[in-house]
Amino acid sequence: MTIRTDMATGSSGFGRLLLAFALGAVMIAGAVNGESRSITIASTTSTQNSGLLEWLLPQFTAQTGIGVQVVAVGTGQAIRIATNGDADLLLVHHEASEREFVAAGLGIARHPVMHNDFVLVGPGSDPAGIRGMNDVTSALRRIGSGEHVFLSRGDDSGTHKKELELWQSSGFDPRPASGGWYRESGSGMGATLNTASAMDGYALTDRASWVSFGNKGDLEILVEGDTRLHNPYAAIVVNPERHPHIHANEAQAFVDWLTSRKGQAAIAAYRVAGQQLFFPDAVPQAGAADGH
Amino acid sequence: MNEFSSAIGAALSMIVTFDAAIVEIVLLSLRVSLSAVAIASVVALPLGALIALQHFPGRRAVVILLNALMGLPPVVVGLMVYLLLSRAGPLGPMGLLFTPTAMVIAQSIIVLPIIAALSRQTIADLHEEYDEHLRSLGCTPIQSVATLLWDGRFRLLTAIMAGFGRAIAEVGAVIIVGGNIQHATRVMTTTIALETSKGNLALALGLGLILVTLALGVNATALVISDAARQRYG
Amino acid sequence: MPPDRPDEHPLLPLVARGLTFGINGRRIIKDVSFWIGSSGRTVILGPNGAGKSVMLRLCHGLLEPTGGEIRWGELSVSQAREQQAMASQHPVLLRRTVKGNLLHVLSVKGVARSERPALVDAALERAGLAGLGARAARTLSGGQQQRLAIARALVLRPKVLLLDEPTTNLDPAAVRGVEELIGVIGAAGTKILMTTHDIAQARRLAADVMFLNDGRLLEHAPAAEFFAAPKDPVAAGFLAGELPG
Repeated sequence: MTIRTDMATGSSGFGRLLLAFALGAVMIAGAVNGESRSITIASTTSTQNSGLLEWLLPQFTAQTGIGVQVVAVGTGQAIRIATNGDADLLLVHHEASEREFVAAGLGIARHPVMHNDFVLVGPGSDPAGIRGMNDVTSALRRIGSGEHVFLSRGDDSGTHKKELELWQSSGFDPRPASGGWYRESGSGMGATLNTASAMDGYALTDRASWVSFGNKGDLEILVEGDTRLHNPYAAIVVNPERHPHIHANEAQAFVDWLTSRKGQAAIAAYRVAGQQLFFPDAVPQAGAADGH
Repeated sequence: MNEFSSAIGAALSMIVTFDAAIVEIVLLSLRVSLSAVAIASVVALPLGALIALQHFPGRRAVVILLNALMGLPPVVVGLMVYLLLSRAGPLGPMGLLFTPTAMVIAQSIIVLPIIAALSRQTIADLHEEYDEHLRSLGCTPIQSVATLLWDGRFRLLTAIMAGFGRAIAEVGAVIIVGGNIQHATRVMTTTIALETSKGNLALALGLGLILVTLALGVNATALVISDAARQRYG
Repeated sequence: MPPDRPDEHPLLPLVARGLTFGINGRRIIKDVSFWIGSSGRTVILGPNGAGKSVMLRLCHGLLEPTGGEIRWGELSVSQAREQQAMASQHPVLLRRTVKGNLLHVLSVKGVARSERPALVDAALERAGLAGLGARAARTLSGGQQQRLAIARALVLRPKVLLLDEPTTNLDPAAVRGVEELIGVIGAAGTKILMTTHDIAQARRLAADVMFLNDGRLLEHAPAAEFFAAPKDPVAAGFLAGELPG
């Protein structure tokens, strides 16, 4: 064939280099396919960024041989991923959405796994003067009426939904101030905290993300402990009747493990900077004492 | 300045200690982007040649389109590939979403117009020069294309390197279709995004330095090769 | 017409009838007819802009005439091209080594791999480029580049060699080298059709001369006759240095 002889007579090692490149690419493309006995979890940034899943998953895999892949996004997006059948399991934190998901037949059942709590953080100078308040809704009202900078996730995540609910029960509507003092970052918890830190703003965050966040700057916890700041996490196996390719058995095995004594103890044992971040809900007697 | 110096320190210690997690991430980045560039090249080089050499109605429009597509926003490509590969999408049954293969597909689409447009330019220039000689020889179209591709190989390599530079630095598409899954689809850019959002700015910047170094290295290599070739072959 | 030897050349006679070429409404070749039967060296002579290069390209089939026709013996221009080769004023050398340029032609023409090295070496030898095979073609001197272009044109032993101003911009020593090469090739039986605006070169090389001016063929005669006593007044003026060279 003329082309090939033509190329070959062309020059030195370049042809060989090209060939090696092409072969390498083919081999690489062949090698990048995932293993079969593994599941994909759609979860929230808080479980991943806090390092909890990184702590739990190797233990589960070691005991069962099932690999776990985590796509960490906001609760809203995680539910959409699961709705499309692109994940086998949901591990999220917005009870109303979760119940809706199961009611619609998209998931099999909702299994409470653990909880932590939300906290209201803000600059140490606390211009709104909310430090130490017990009522989170009046704290929000004070931020709003003083038009102090507040960073909202604005990304349909569990934290965002929670925040909107709290505003609603406070009776103060921040939405007209969007773009003014009320700023919707449209990104994850960490990115939103980064922004709050840079702007000396207030923000609602789950405690796990807060404790493991590395760029606090002047930010401090100002309001905590209100019962309305409770933050429960639940697991839901995606309904295989909707999506036959779902690894329902493996996913259920993970849920069973999470809610078992072993799993619950592992959750309770996880600590960042000496602090427990998640509190088991499935087998109360197996967990450490709840601080609240 | 403190942030920067600690970032550089973090980067250096990661490189010096050959941190296993970092090595894994860097290797996956290279695998995905090299595969994407290889696949895109297989399509883009002949496509560039075709557009450079064939006269057909609407060719000018195609050239303009191709040049415009060089600026294709990665997030849009990511979204399109996501919709295609999602279980609810037309290619869902293949189960490719959140795999490196999905990232390769997205990056291939992003770099294809870049390689095609740059190679079209190269081949068109070369063709203008070689045309009479090749016709005098009575070359078949395939022989002509082979000659042009071969003689333009160093400039084409630069086009491919440009594609690689774009692929390796892109975050918008891979984070959507790859999902940034640890040990599976986490590459340098998505790690940087993640570590930044966790507030680990030093680590993020450290990885950023590795990425920049890699991009610089690739571009420097491309420049050295094409300079050497120009001296050698004129 | 020059005194014809009884040639057996398969591509001769070269016959043109009513040849016309125009581009964008501008006529460059105007109703040219000629008959070339000799395998000697034919030189198309004329001032710059006379249409010499266009004429050569029409004969080689790189340009389509807008009127009239050309035939090489029994063959059409495109059929004849397979047995021809061309080298031009600014030789298009591939971005490869000297050898690579020669091998490319052999590869395009489908010459068996085993036969290629001998043909390459012979061509390099003939062009006085032996020992330069591994050099990048474009790093050669101007004269060497032109000799390589001619060697490349000859590597397949074409029946006809077309040369477009092969020595323009070369220094006198390089011109001599190229002309010697042309002499050797012509003597070996290859028909040469070349253009030049250099009267002295035409004197040195031509067996017959076609004098072209402003797209018209004003005179076609054996070289000796033409240079001794041109019949056309414009040609006479050109030889006397009254037209720009």
